[in-house]
Amino acid sequence: MLDVQSLSMRFGGLLAVDQVSLEVQEHEIVSIIGPNGAGKTTVFNCMSGFYKPTGGKILFEGQAVQGKPDHKISRLGMVRTFQHVRLFNQMTVVENLLVAQHRHLNTNLIAGLMKTPNYRDREQKSLDRAAYWLDRVGLMDLANREAGNLAYGQQRRLEIARCMVTEPKLLMLDEPAAGLNPAETKDLNQLIVSLKEDYNVSVVLIEHDMSLVMDISDRINVINQGRPLACGTPDEIRQNDDVIKAYLGEA
Amino acid sequence: MAAQNLKHAFFCAVITLIISYPILGFNLEAQGINVTLTGAGTSTIVMVLLAAVVVFLFQLFRESVMATLKSIPRPLPQTHKEPVAENKRAKIESRVLTAIIVLALFWPFFVSRGSVDLATLALIYIMLALGLNVVVGLAGLLDLGYVAFYAVGAYTFALLSEYFGISFWMSLPLGALLAALFGLVLGFPVLRLRGDYLAIVTLGFGEIIRILLNNWTSLTGGPNGIGGIPEPTLFGMEFGRHVKEEGNSSFHETFGIAYSGEDKVIFLYLISLVLAVFTALVIRRFMRMPVGRAWEALREDEIAARSLGLSRTSVKLTAFTIGAFFAGFAGTVFASKQGFISPESFVFLESAIILAIVVLGGMGSQLGVILAAIAVTILPELAREFSEYRMLIFGAAMVLMMVWRPQGLMPMRRIHIELKKQE
Repeated sequence: MLDVQSLSMRFGGLLAVDQVSLEVQEHEIVSIIGPNGAGKTTVFNCMSGFYKPTGGKILFEGQAVQGKPDHKISRLGMVRTFQHVRLFNQMTVVENLLVAQHRHLNTNLIAGLMKTPNYRDREQKSLDRAAYWLDRVGLMDLANREAGNLAYGQQRRLEIARCMVTEPKLLMLDEPAAGLNPAETKDLNQLIVSLKEDYNVSVVLIEHDMSLVMDISDRINVINQGRPLACGTPDEIRQNDDVIKAYLGEA
Repeated sequence: MAAQNLKHAFFCAVITLIISYPILGFNLEAQGINVTLTGAGTSTIVMVLLAAVVVFLFQLFRESVMATLKSIPRPLPQTHKEPVAENKRAKIESRVLTAIIVLALFWPFFVSRGSVDLATLALIYIMLALGLNVVVGLAGLLDLGYVAFYAVGAYTFALLSEYFGISFWMSLPLGALLAALFGLVLGFPVLRLRGDYLAIVTLGFGEIIRILLNNWTSLTGGPNGIGGIPEPTLFGMEFGRHVKEEGNSSFHETFGIAYSGEDKVIFLYLISLVLAVFTALVIRRFMRMPVGRAWEALREDEIAARSLGLSRTSVKLTAFTIGAFFAGFAGTVFASKQGFISPESFVFLESAIILAIVVLGGMGSQLGVILAAIAVTILPELAREFSEYRMLIFGAAMVLMMVWRPQGLMPMRRIHIELKKQE
């Protein structure tokens, strides 16, 4: 469903991403790994429309999306999380989830002022969906807290829930396990697998936590210094000499 | 330590002298066409010296003074009170608000004409501040040229009535819509700018409108302004002693009561009250609608909001346009109240005062902004006896407020949303 073809991103004299290709089938978890500064997040930023790539193509369900504004890409069904959690801190947890459903709501100002049946109906539906996902990630009791006051692990889960209420087809997670303890990482592991199994969402994952990556990925792409290094199933990657060199250094 | 304290205290005392002596000690006196500078009397000099000594002593013993101040228990130990339950608080709030509105409806019949006039002005500022609160408080767009939209509203009414004889009630929506249109047109190219840059551009826009009004003499009358703006009518009844326009009747003759100049003032006050309440209610609804949440989301984290499919331009534009709309409202009422407008009324200071109201009240908080608007319009009137030091007191109040309560009079509180538990 997602096909990234020889993507390049140049910042002045620095070629941050060079000829990276990536393919995601439906119902699949694909990981992108690589040492720090390898350009993983830059690839994400290009895919989510945050940067305009300087070369290459990004096809989402057959439609070219490179260079489109980020909110349009998100409306197509490609939604991302961020390396550093980006919640609306002063808004409550529920409000965070309601904002995410903006395009499912009746945003007509007059309809809202008049409280038309259609407006109320959609508002109620989005509340229900928010409630469902809060329950799903275990934040129901904190629904009316300000998002900025949540613990870090809870903020991470809220961010994923916030993506899921938009009903995406493809979820892009940027280091979702960063800053989590082992128990939380395990929960996250189950959550991501369940997103794929139960909600039929494809996932692209950037992660440093190897246990998580090896456990749940269907395929892994390795990037090093902006260039693609290897691509394959977890087992293949584990045995790939280039990858071992890149991570551990040459003997 | 002590030596340093002494040095610091001495420094502060000298500064006090430097600042206060020229302000209080010299007087400019006009004698014929010449202006002469006269020195201060002995009493003033003694007072200035005394003030310096007080500052010196305070700074010298500052720590012990502050310590004693802190040990005095606070009159309102709010911190130990149980927080009121959410739904109970909402009920109390709505009751208090209803009571205030009812009181405000009957109040003008018992007080002097001057205070009703002042209250009308306060209501106009409430409308302006509520509108700007959407732009600055909710959407987080620093707008320093808000007064431009106010001017557009006022001039729309003035020009329409002068050239086409259109009445207040027709102009009210037209003025607001035209102001909103200006907001839209300005907002479109400008809203990709952020923070400081946006502030500068809006500041420029405010000045452009004022200068345009000042120089387009053939249309606006330039600095001479436009006079003879009609007062609002009540179903075709005029409030003047004599009917000015054909087809209208006069209020006091229709009801067979004696003519009183106060009727007009009270009527205008009531219109402003209704409009202010309308503004508050509409914006309150907006805040709870998707668009209100989108404003705040974009203020909180623009990148995250965009990654969730919110279009930056359209969300910001709605905030800008709606803010401008209510400024146009206020402008129309203002023009009608004054009966005469000139570009003098729409200088940058007005924008600054409206912004100060929003910040003082607490960004995003409607009740706080309303209280601040009342305070800022009425306090200078109460402090008339100190007329020379009015701005000084105003400034000092502002500084103290920001030191002690930077979040504003009544910080914004979030509404709790009830979720049905999933079975």
